Amino acid sequence: MRIQIDADLCQMHGVCESEAPEVFVVEKGETVVTVLNFTPDEDQHEAVLAAVEYCPTRAIIIVEEPAGGM
Amino acid sequence: MTDPQAVAIPMVSGGLVDGGHLEELRTDPIGLLERIRSECGDAGRFDLSGRDVTVLSGAGPNEFFFRAPEEVLDQAEAYPFMTPVFGEGVVFDASPERRREMLHNQALRDKFMRGHAATIAREVVEMVSDWGDEGEIDLLDWFAELTIYTSSSCLIGRKFRLELDRRFADLYHDLEQGTDALAFVDPYAPIPSFAKRDESRLALVALVQEIMDRREAAGPGPEEDRDLLDVLMSIRAEDGELRFSADEVTGIFISMMFAGHHTTSTTASWMVIELLRHEGAMDLVVAELDALFEDSDDVSYQALRAMPQMEAALKETLRMHPPLILLLRVAKVDLDVEGRHIAAGEMVGASPWISNRIPEDFPEPDSFDPSRYLAGREEDKLNPWTWIPFGAGRHRCVGASFALMQLKAIFSVVLPSFELSLAQPPESYQADMSKMVIQLEQPVLIRYRRRGT
Repeated sequence: MRIQIDADLCQMHGVCESEAPEVFVVEKGETVVTVLNFTPDEDQHEAVLAAVEYCPTRAIIIVEEPAGGM
Repeated sequence: MTDPQAVAIPMVSGGLVDGGHLEELRTDPIGLLERIRSECGDAGRFDLSGRDVTVLSGAGPNEFFFRAPEEVLDQAEAYPFMTPVFGEGVVFDASPERRREMLHNQALRDKFMRGHAATIAREVVEMVSDWGDEGEIDLLDWFAELTIYTSSSCLIGRKFRLELDRRFADLYHDLEQGTDALAFVDPYAPIPSFAKRDESRLALVALVQEIMDRREAAGPGPEEDRDLLDVLMSIRAEDGELRFSADEVTGIFISMMFAGHHTTSTTASWMVIELLRHEGAMDLVVAELDALFEDSDDVSYQALRAMPQMEAALKETLRMHPPLILLLRVAKVDLDVEGRHIAAGEMVGASPWISNRIPEDFPEPDSFDPSRYLAGREEDKLNPWTWIPFGAGRHRCVGASFALMQLKAIFSVVLPSFELSLAQPPESYQADMSKMVIQLEQPVLIRYRRRGT
């Protein structure tokens, strides 16, 4: 799983931070969410998918990477 | 950079020698917008009294519109009709950076939502406390008053809200009625709705002045009760005088409450009407609430939980009755939109009304069908630029999550306790499109009866 953020869409609502605090942080003074880990571990996938689902501006995009390290 | 091959955008039919399409925009904006789409496709122009306005619709042009930065499409210049409502010096809209900052620091952030839900639930409970077992209300009047209390309580503070009554809501309504499109030509033209707008604003300033005088005499009171007005009044000039006059405070409060007021009250009204005039629609929403409330009747908790049926009905209400039908910008530079040319200085608009009714994106667009948002269809999520009641991109309504939570909280209090029914013929409920702030033609009567009586 690789995370992308559409910076034109992010409005810093902070819903992703509530859903997946180990992956997303809404930092004061920034204009777009800070992603701590663009390729989160398996145990974070469920929380990240919830963040994608509940992001009010649909700014988080998930790219599935092909298996096998290609 | 503009493409020399770019073609001109066609002008829609109609239009008068004097004023172009201004009169049509004032009287039948939907007719005008629909004709632009049918004659010109996804980009067409109309003549706003000598100024060209290009109206874009559909996913591609909408993406262009909503992604454009401020230096390309400017929003601040596009709404001259708001200046006399807010007052000079109060900006209609902040820059995207400022909006993010406001979201970050302020009341609209995700983590404050539960507290707001509790506040809203309390206001609704107080409003229905004098209903008795049955009766009749005008939906628009009722929701307009309720949302004055909820927005003032959430955004300014409970202390200020308790200093307001019905008069504030009525004056606020008259302000909203002062948004005739004639303001694009002359915001101070001698017409009755503008005169009333200016009288109402003065009367609101007088109400706020009374409140400020009482607080000045009484002192600031206990710290835990202090609200935004106390904060504004604590700021003093060097000579000890208040930094913000009642006029400025009123302007700040009007602008803070504006975006969430008529939008929420009209959406709440249409939600009730559509649920009641489509067989079975209300039952689905009420059954969902009844099931959720078996766990807990704490609305502040429930309003933040998923309510698929309620949310689908709200989304469908917003799709069919977007509170804003034309979002506007001013082109700051020459532009190409998918091979079509727009010159610097022209106005550019996107239309939630038109885009939300494109049959390729929303099959059978004229039928009220909440199931189009349920798992498996999710027509609002197929493309980020088609379902746009809240706009999209940089200027997407920062209050959208608050608005949906508020509507869920309101209906979570009202619907489990009262059975609602139409008090007028179903087709008599109509939008009032005569102002840029769209409302409903009154009366908007419905009946209520306490459940189980």
